Order: sequence, then C-alpha cells, then structure tokens
Amino acid sequence: MIALIKKRRPLTLILQCKIKNTKPDMKISITTLLFSGILLFIVACGGNNPDASQSGTTNDAATTANGNPSYDPERGTGKFTEVEVGTTLDVTKATAGEQTFNVKCSACHKLTAEKLVGPGWSGVTSRHKAPWIMNFITNTDEMLNKDPKAQAQLEICLVRMPNQSLSDDDARNLFEFMRKNDGVK
Amino acid sequence: MKKNLFKLTAVSFAIAAIAMTSCKPKNAGSTISGDAGAKAYIAPGKYDEFYNFVSGGFSGQVSVYGLPSGRLFRVIPVFSVDPEKGWGYSEETKPMLNTSHGFVPWDDSHHTELSQTNGDVDGRWVFINANNTPRVARIDLSTFRTAEIIELPNSAGNHSSPFITENTDYVVAGTRFSVPPDNVNGDVAINTYKKNFKGTLSFISVDKTDGKMDIAFQIQCPGVNFDLSHAGKAKSNGWFFFSCYNTEQANTLLEVNASQKDKDFIMAVNWKKAEEYLKAGKGKKESVKYAHNTYSDKTHSATSEIKTSVTVLDSKELEGICYFMPCPKSPHGCDVDPTGEYIVGSGKLAALIPVFSFDKMVAAIEKKDFAGDYDGIPVLKYESVLYGEVKKPGLGPLHTEFDGKGNAYTSFFVSSEVVKWNIKDLKVLDRASTFYSVGHICVPGGDSRNPNAKYLIAYNKITKDRFLPTGPELAQSAQIFDISGDKMQLILDFPTIGEPHYAQAIAADKIKNNSLKIFKIDDNQNPYVSKGEGTAKVVRTGNRVDVYATAIRSHFAPDNIEGVRMGDEVYFHVTNLEQDWDVPHGFAIKGALNAELLIMPGETQTLKWTPDRVGIYPMYCTDFCSALHQEMQGYVRVSPAGSSVPLTFSTGKTAPIAEEASAK
Repeated sequence: MIALIKKRRPLTLILQCKIKNTKPDMKISITTLLFSGILLFIVACGGNNPDASQSGTTNDAATTANGNPSYDPERGTGKFTEVEVGTTLDVTKATAGEQTFNVKCSACHKLTAEKLVGPGWSGVTSRHKAPWIMNFITNTDEMLNKDPKAQAQLEICLVRMPNQSLSDDDARNLFEFMRKNDGVK
Repeated sequence: MKKNLFKLTAVSFAIAAIAMTSCKPKNAGSTISGDAGAKAYIAPGKYDEFYNFVSGGFSGQVSVYGLPSGRLFRVIPVFSVDPEKGWGYSEETKPMLNTSHGFVPWDDSHHTELSQTNGDVDGRWVFINANNTPRVARIDLSTFRTAEIIELPNSAGNHSSPFITENTDYVVAGTRFSVPPDNVNGDVAINTYKKNFKGTLSFISVDKTDGKMDIAFQIQCPGVNFDLSHAGKAKSNGWFFFSCYNTEQANTLLEVNASQKDKDFIMAVNWKKAEEYLKAGKGKKESVKYAHNTYSDKTHSATSEIKTSVTVLDSKELEGICYFMPCPKSPHGCDVDPTGEYIVGSGKLAALIPVFSFDKMVAAIEKKDFAGDYDGIPVLKYESVLYGEVKKPGLGPLHTEFDGKGNAYTSFFVSSEVVKWNIKDLKVLDRASTFYSVGHICVPGGDSRNPNAKYLIAYNKITKDRFLPTGPELAQSAQIFDISGDKMQLILDFPTIGEPHYAQAIAADKIKNNSLKIFKIDDNQNPYVSKGEGTAKVVRTGNRVDVYATAIRSHFAPDNIEGVRMGDEVYFHVTNLEQDWDVPHGFAIKGALNAELLIMPGETQTLKWTPDRVGIYPMYCTDFCSALHQEMQGYVRVSPAGSSVPLTFSTGKTAPIAEEASAK
C-alpha cells in the first residue's frame, strides 16, 4: 500500500506514523489516529482496489481527480451518467429504497441532518446530483480515491464508507427514497 | 578469538555434515542448486499457479497452500473445533461435530480428494476423511468451508477414504480396523477376531448438483485392515481397488503378527456389479446409528440428523463383487495410473513395486484362474494379474502419483526418497532425496486421468534439522520439486500444520473465479437474523435472553444492554451487515466459556454466554475492521437474580445529565 499524506489545511503538527502492523491484511484503506488535543495524524492508504480477475493487487498510487479538466465533479466516477428523475415521487421505488436503507444504510446514516458515522441524509439530494450519489454508493472505493467532494466528506467523517454491494436498481431506489426524505411528493 | 570462531564454525560444519550424512540420503539432490529457489518465488501481489489442499493429520483440519510458493492461505476447520473461527463453538456450527457418540471436538484427517468430472479435477468440492470417529466431510470450494459431514456405521478407523470415482459418483470409506458389525452384540473376546470381526467398505453417493452425500450401500468383507484405495478410471471405471494388510487377522502386536505373510492383498471391487445387486434387492437393511450433518449457507447454520438404517451387501454370498490380488508385504499405497490399466501396490516392507494389469485381471476373472479363496473371496494368482515389478527401486515404497506422460513417482519412507520410474518398461529414471522420510506425495491432478505435472510435493514425516528448532515439537516439513524436466529438482522447503498425509492440488483457475466474496444479506434466512439496525433487539423468554445484534463498521447495535440477571442464558445472535469483501467482524465477551465469533459479511452467528457474576461485562469486535475498530465495543450489565432492573438495550443513547446524577 502506498501511503498518501493529505494536507488540506495547516495542522499544528503532521507526522507520518507507521501503524503497527497487528494485522497485515488490514481491512480498511484509511487508518486514522486521533490523539485528542495535541496531534492529528492522517495516514491514508489509497488505490487499494484488488480486482479478482487480475493477479494480485496493483501498487499504483491512486490518481486524484483534482486538476483533471475532463473530470465532472457533478457526476463523479462510475457507471451512472444520466439518471431520469420524475417531477413527482416514484412511490414504488422510494418504498423499495427505504427497505434497503433499513438493512444496509441505517446503521450509519440518520434521516435528519445529524451526522452519525456518516452524514445525515436530510438535504442530500440538493447537495449532490443523482448520478453523483448513485456513483458514490455503488463505486465507493474509486469515488473516495478520486472525487474531491467525496474526499472532503471523508475528512469530516474519517471513516471510509463500506461498499454495501448495491445493485443498480438498489441505487436508483435509494435515490428515490432520499428524494422522499427531502420532501418530494 | 577469530581463530576460535573459525574452529567453532569448522566443527559445527563438520557436525552438520555428519548429521546430514547420518540421516540417510546422500546424493546430489540434497541441496538447492543454482536458481532453483527462484522457481518457487512468487512476487508480492502475484498469485500462485495452484491451490494445494493438504490434509491436516492430527489437527483434523484441511490447510490450503499456494504452489509453488508454499504459502499458507487458510486452515479450513473440519473435524476439530477452531475457537478462532467459532467452529464448534457457535450455536450454528455445533451440530456439524455431532456424531452417534455425541459432540466430538477432534479428529485425525488423512486424505484430501478433489471432486472429478470425467476423470478431471473440477474444483467443486474437496473431501476429507476422519480416521478416529469414522466420518467423511465435503468442503465447498466456493466458500472454503465444511458443508457436510457424514458418519460411517460398521467402521473403525476410516483410513481407506475418501477416494472417489471419476465422476464423483461415489466417495469410498474402507475401515482400517475390522470390528464386529454395529447391529450384533459387540461384547466378545478380542481374540475371536477371526470369527466375529468384519471389514466394511462404504460407498457414499454424491449428488451431481449440490454434492449431498448419502451412504448408498456398504459391502461386508472378511476381517482385515483396509488401508488405502483408488478408483479405476477410463477403462477400469466401475472398479475400485483397496490395499489390505493384516490378512493374518492378528488382534495384537500387529507390528510382528501382521507381518508374517509374504503377501497380503489388493482387493478389487466391482462396484457396478454391487449396484446391480443393490437394484435387485440383494442388500440387507441393517439397523445402525450414524449422524449426517449439513451446513446451509442460507440459514448460516447446521443441522444434524441421526440416521438408523444402512443397506449391506455380503461379499461372500454375492459372487463377482470382490476379488483378492496377492500383493507383497503389507501393501499401503494403491494407485491407478491415468490410463486405468496399471494398478500400483506398494508393500511397506517390500524392496520392489508390483504393477498389476487391469486387462490381465479381467481375463483371469473370466477364466476363473484362482489360486483358492480367502474367507470365501476368490484369490487370483499373483503371476496372472501382475504386469511386472520395478526391481530395487528403494526401501519401503508407500505412495505413487503419475505425470500423465507414462511415468510414475513413488515415495520411499525407509530410504527417504522419491523415485521416478517408467510404467511401461518399469525402469527407474531418477531419484531425489527427501528430508526426511517421506509419506504421501502430490502431483496436481496426480491421481486423475489428466495430471498437470509441473510440481511434486513430498510430505515428510520427520523434520529434524530442516528448520530453526522449536523445542521437542517441530512442524512437519514439505518439499516442492519441479518435475517439468527429466530430473526432479528440489525448489522449496515449507512447514505445514498438523501432520499432512495425502494432499491434492489443482490449477488456481479452476477455483479462484468461483470464490464467494460475501453472503448476500437479503438471502440470510437465519432465524435470528437482524436485517438492519432497526430490527436489533433483546428479548427475554424466562431465563433465556436473545440478543439480536448487528455489526457494521464500527459499532454494534445494541451496544448497551441492561437487565440481564444471574441465572440467565444469553444468546448473542450477531449479524454482520457489511456487504463488502474481506470485512468480517468478530465478537467476544468477557468470561465466555466457549470462544469468539467470526462473522462474515451478510452472515449471522450465535454465541451462548452464561454470566457467572454480577457486574459490567465488556464486549468488543475482535477482527480489525476499520480505523475505529478499537471503538467497536459495548457493555452488558448483569444484576443479581430476581433484580428489578428492567431489560433495556440501546445504541448511541447517553444518559441526560440530571438522570446521570441520580442513576447511581
């Protein structure tokens, strides 16, 4: 793994910290240590997205989208480009989305604006476009590695969102449920 | 000082040299030469070419290595409990180790056998035998987990197992110890072996689609020790061959008493004929008792069923099922070449390798060219079934594997070497020393119709000085030879777990793309599943408390539980809500008398816990799951019996300040 030290704003002290390798196959790509009051260490291990069809993990550093003019920050990266969204709520989709939310999302996200592990969902559909949301929840690792808005959110939550293995339909349904939560009738 | 050091070094070299030479083999193959080691090198992040499924011996498990690197990837718990994985400790897995004797936490597993289609290893399942309390297990190679275990009645010491036919129609299990059958009074004098003891061969059918096992029939045979076996293939498909020793029928000091005869037997079994008798209703239903345990990946739990009947065919009464072929000196290995024509027997005490001809055997049976009978079973004449003998190949031949190019490789325990010989002309072509005293050997696909003969692995019984010393107990050493050329070349030593016996290997491509990454949470049918944090709850039923908990990076729900009382039995049903590969969560609670849970994404597992004192008990995630893994914890409050503390549970709820002050 390549460690990328991210400096977004001046910190009192930034140290590169070698995490004691209690478990070599560490499950999470970002490891952060927070020592209250004095130090803030951020050690991020990027570009760790093993593809089972290839042999082994590539050691390439993740390229960020910053400075890439062809990158559309409103869309993010993933399979969704255009998403057809109605003016009124698709109740069927929203109901299916709510069921998925209960199983796979509710442990970390509230429907209010309150941050739990991840941000609260209230207002999410006005903060992000449909393709961005759907790309983020289905292509989480790549988005966290590349997308500036996703990375900014990561610096607030400090927990990489788990890939919850959502299908394309799941993603669309969840978006509809988010709209419902944001008051679309 | 320097001089002394030099002397010391010289002396230690001399000692090492003496030690080396005194440990048998002496030829040039004893050192890794040139760039041989590079052949076993797999660069970081690169994959091995083969999976190697290695029996765990007295560990009771199956270990999975990569070839040619010799790297250990996984130990699959099978017949022995594994607290690390909760195997045999979680409520869901306990039934897997149930037997007619009750819960058995350990066994001794000897031989792995990969499933085959048309004589080719197909990568669907791997089978393994339990020697001590006779059982056969099937491991699913999409999950690398034990999916099924079936116990064998009328058996003792299931050694001659779990060898399979070329389409995985049957897995066999020949009893090593002959014993009185289960349905007769076994309270007999041990020295009535000849009269009362019987040998049983079990034929376990395997369902073509889901792999489910069932004892199709058993064949009752004379009381001898059945040792190893292999199925016929291609032209000899329909036959099975079992090595037999102790044809002296000794019941004590077998070391001497079972080594009296110049020849014991290879038993040829016509299983197609046995099927005909079975269809014709010639089998007898016997009342027995055995456990059949299956694990479901939908309910994420095991069920154990005790079965009470088995159909037995009598080899003495039903003509044409069994024939004995004389084989020198307590045969051990019994291996069939890829063409199905040659059957190689290996007498443990012999200084030659007999090779039998299937065609000659069939002709001799047709002509009834018998030397006599043994306990009612026809005995063929050695000369009429023998293709030829490999003369002076080494001492103590044990096992043979094949390369599909007309050559065989035989392990020699006593002379500690692997010998390559040509099947047609029976000439020795090459020999390589092993360190030390090799038992089984493995060539990928080496007992199938299509070996993939790039490597040969020797599983040695004695380790001595091969690795850094670790006190009296040492890891068993294994050694990998490159056999792609004319000469065998040693490329790597690697340590193993337990004491491996037989092992099999298969091209990685046949398995890796089918490997499951997660269990879909939507498909989870465990009765105690919590699909989503909103369904987490704690329910009291009398003194039973069921905790329906969820785990996701990085918290449990609920993580604060109060109102548990002394005398309660608490069941933690933990569902891992993750749906990403390689994110297990663990679960442990202080004072638990069993083990931890290790819960894969989408799975539910249950830990039973009986608090033994009043107080606050911490629980936590044991598998490093995220940056905030160390935060993944909770508390259970245990109050005295009869306490009025109400049963409550929560996550993320903190007491209001006023409440906190008064809540003491």
